[in-house]
Amino acid sequence: MAVAAVEPLLTRLTGDEKHAPSAHSTLDVLWVLYDRVLDVSPDRLDDPDRDRFLLSKGHGPAAYYAVLAAKGFIPEAWLDDLAGAGSPLGHHPDRLRVPGVEISSGSLGHGLGLAIGTVLGLRAQGLTKPRVFVLLGDAELDEGSNHEAIAYAGASYLDCITAVVVDNQSASYAWPHGLASAFTVHGWTAETVDGRDHEAIHRALTGAHPGRPHAVVARVERKGS
Amino acid sequence: MRQAFIDTTLKLLDEDPRAVAVLAEISAEPLGKAFADHPERAFNVGIREQLMIGVAGGLALTGMRPIAHSYATFLIDRAYEQIKLDLGHQGAGAILVSVGASYDGSTAGYTHMSPMDVALLDTLPGWQVHVPGHPDEVVRLLRAAMAHDEKIYIRLSTKENSRAYVDGAVVKPGSGRTVVAVGPMLDPVLEATSGLDFHVVYTNTPRPLRVVDGAILVEPYLEGTSAHLGRFDSIGVKRVDLHRYGSPKDHARWHGLDPESLRARLLAI
Repeated sequence: MAVAAVEPLLTRLTGDEKHAPSAHSTLDVLWVLYDRVLDVSPDRLDDPDRDRFLLSKGHGPAAYYAVLAAKGFIPEAWLDDLAGAGSPLGHHPDRLRVPGVEISSGSLGHGLGLAIGTVLGLRAQGLTKPRVFVLLGDAELDEGSNHEAIAYAGASYLDCITAVVVDNQSASYAWPHGLASAFTVHGWTAETVDGRDHEAIHRALTGAHPGRPHAVVARVERKGS
Repeated sequence: MRQAFIDTTLKLLDEDPRAVAVLAEISAEPLGKAFADHPERAFNVGIREQLMIGVAGGLALTGMRPIAHSYATFLIDRAYEQIKLDLGHQGAGAILVSVGASYDGSTAGYTHMSPMDVALLDTLPGWQVHVPGHPDEVVRLLRAAMAHDEKIYIRLSTKENSRAYVDGAVVKPGSGRTVVAVGPMLDPVLEATSGLDFHVVYTNTPRPLRVVDGAILVEPYLEGTSAHLGRFDSIGVKRVDLHRYGSPKDHARWHGLDPESLRARLLAI
């Protein structure tokens, strides 16, 4: 499987040889995004026409860093000193330190708002090509700021925004009508897929959803299982 | 001042393709022309102040120059973490413009007051603060803020001086102690020092602060907000929730900021 390219990098980053890459809930979604979906590249970091990927769920960025290294955005050597005094890589990513990182995140519930502003800013400049992807966690949706953003994006028909929620069932309170309902009730389209199935993730991320923002709920193993 | 802000914002949207207005209902009606003329650069996100600042941050990341606006208490107090992270930490700038300075919204009660806005911004690196004392100053300050990408806070008030001044103007030269009046505190200070030998200086840009040591600073927000920036005395709004309504004039008196109280306090220092 393609993620094999990332495995040694993850091990190098975490020093953890016990756990399979599946211990990283976001790994497969990130790989599909960077390998097959996003129009980004290390030599076009400031290209206004690039796609934007915003990691809202800044926690546990090991898979993110490993994918960025695999795709040549950052040197592999950076993986050896995670969160060290001189390291650009910390336990939450910093856009001013890491090439290719679009937003600094960590505090939950900031990515969607920044994504909406990004979409509006691109549109205002006539940049209609770039798509904007935001990755969130299921528990992150507890934060009210997300719901401000979800409601506004739906009401404003911001169709070039795609939210990916990696659902490892870590929220204490489940959504009574399913996680996707948090989006669809506000006029988004939504799909729920197996967060380990690359073909399903790819289809959901690239399917047409004209006139509506789109949410992809990628279900993975329950956190801690 | 609010009208000057609205008029200037409309003009800036006409003139500058980088200008974007982001509102959270407040002033959406008087700025209605912006939504009609520039639907790609004027947004009302609803009563969602966290989102307003997040959107401003995202806009700035694409190279736009956002103007976000609401009551100070919703713009600054409520959205503090968004200001810290969605603007500052991203390396993004914006122009934040507030109304409802300190107790301007006195009849609405404490829920609509933010005498602590400048103190809150002082906890964050790099914010420049303008406290205009006259509508003409609003125009100048807002236009100047459009020309770059820095983090700018413009604090509008319903209280204004009888005329505009430039920042740093010596309004009343004297050989006595220097009194620095911030924004709309100038006219009360002039009245309070009438017939007394004080050297009265005006500033509408308290951040970065240029106050000489030994002066008395009269500021229209929380007393002591600027005390960490030098060795001078401070007069300002008391740190108290009065649980009272009344007019801004009443509150000025209760906080010791009416000319009569000011005179007594200046003489007592």
